[in-house]
Amino acid sequence: MRTAFINKLTELAEKDRRIMLLVGDLGFGVVVDFAKRLPDQFINIGVAEQNMAGVATGLALAGKIVFTYSIANFPILRCLEQIRNDACYHKANVIAVSVGAGVAYGSLGMTHQALEDIAIMRAVPNLSLIAPGDPLETAQAVDYLAQGHGPAYLRLGRAGEPTVHKNPISWQFGRAIEVLPGNDLTLIATGTMLQTAVAAAEKLQTQNGLSARVLSMHTVKPIDEEAIRKAAAETRRIVTLEEHSVAGGLGSAVAEVLAESGINTRFLRIGFPPVFVHEVGNQDYIKKCYGLDVDSVVERLTGFLRLHAQER
Amino acid sequence: MISRARSSHIGGNFSMAEIVAVLYDEILNISPKHLDAPDRDRFILSKGHAAAAYYSILALKGFFPMDWLDTFYLNGGHLAGHATRSVPGVEVSSGSLGHGLPMAVGMAKAAKIDQRPYRVFALLSDGECQEGSVWEAAMLAAHHRLDNLTVIVDYNKIQALGQTREICDLEPFAEKWNAFGWTVRQVDGHSVDELYGALSVLPFTSEKPSCVIAHTVKGKGVSFMEDKLLWHYRTPVGEEFDAAMSELCSLPHLNR
Repeated sequence: MRTAFINKLTELAEKDRRIMLLVGDLGFGVVVDFAKRLPDQFINIGVAEQNMAGVATGLALAGKIVFTYSIANFPILRCLEQIRNDACYHKANVIAVSVGAGVAYGSLGMTHQALEDIAIMRAVPNLSLIAPGDPLETAQAVDYLAQGHGPAYLRLGRAGEPTVHKNPISWQFGRAIEVLPGNDLTLIATGTMLQTAVAAAEKLQTQNGLSARVLSMHTVKPIDEEAIRKAAAETRRIVTLEEHSVAGGLGSAVAEVLAESGINTRFLRIGFPPVFVHEVGNQDYIKKCYGLDVDSVVERLTGFLRLHAQER
Repeated sequence: MISRARSSHIGGNFSMAEIVAVLYDEILNISPKHLDAPDRDRFILSKGHAAAAYYSILALKGFFPMDWLDTFYLNGGHLAGHATRSVPGVEVSSGSLGHGLPMAVGMAKAAKIDQRPYRVFALLSDGECQEGSVWEAAMLAAHHRLDNLTVIVDYNKIQALGQTREICDLEPFAEKWNAFGWTVRQVDGHSVDELYGALSVLPFTSEKPSCVIAHTVKGKGVSFMEDKLLWHYRTPVGEEFDAAMSELCSLPHLNR
């Protein structure tokens, strides 16, 4: 996703001189090419995220479209008030880009794990929140954001995620993508959990003969209420998957829509509990510890379906 | 305004009155007729709690009707207690300290990139300079040689709960700005001539940002408010209001 992001941004910035990339002294090996090719559109602000968000707003209010880049919580939580008061209140074209969503940098420890960011950023007015599910979605999200649609938070994984979509996609801001059709239940996934959702759905099909619809909810804010209501009405069982705390994240956003929809639905959130991760290990290891690997997800889905088997 | 609104911060409004007067009378290239002119100078009131003085000068300069001032702080009014961008002439909203200078740096940098002639001014409070983000931005401004950027510090030496030197001393203050790569001039912030003298010769040094430390008195203009911590928050009402108005109305420059 990181590679898809920087490649697309470089391509767009070469055509549109308003586009700028600011980094908080992070992005070794990622941003160097951009900096070399477009020196007037690149600033390494230094290790100063509050300043990065404030300077980005100043640049944006003077006509620029500014991407701020750092990892995990640094470009959003360290400077949350600058994002809120400066970028969002003024509807400035500031796009905070974070790589290392969830536990992508798991082995670096708690400071480098972003598990509450969706919950926190979801509450900020005027801010769009996009967590692409694969490199294809990332490139199209960048394409959209670089046009200057106001403040946004772009939540990315790291490098090397597989392309989940088998075919070309037509990515639309605020519109979920149906990755797999299905009628027995719907898996709504965001960001890095999309590939897990697809793999789990395929296993359910082969092992249990169940057809799970998979929706990529790449735009978490504003969320696609219509797609959620449609899935609830048609499949009656909704499960959300996110590499994020279940407190306040995608699961909460979907639950809000379902609770107000009046549609009788069985619902399950799969994600991290709202705790600090103390286990040491890489992304796959930590996800497995918390039941977010494919096998654990399939097991939970099977149990969920068994529990509610008689209700259709 | 402040008395009617039962609001605070009169001391910090009075301490910067001459500063905004000189800026809007003589220095800034901003016109209410062309609010969005791309080459207008940008003024950022970073000490957003001093909105009453800011709104007053904007109204006097014709950015919005004078009677809006009567609605300051009030239910359904036009003017919130801190500077708000929805008000014509207000460049950015402020109120949380330490936000103005980073935004000013971004605007000044944009002017350099785009080779535009506009200048950027940020007015900071002294207590605000305890925010780390001020110094993050100060460092970056010098590094990028933003000589189109000027900071003015309203150095009235009193912050919310006491004197700056007793709470977290800023001194040696001018040396700090110097060390961060700025050229500093210190003036009497209530002397229109001294303020004009400094602000009309910007930048002080080519390729360096400029800092004007304006030595001021909190509550300036009303004898019983001057240099008194109480008037960071206290609202003048009743006899205090009448006494203050009487003193202000007898100031010589108001009768010219």
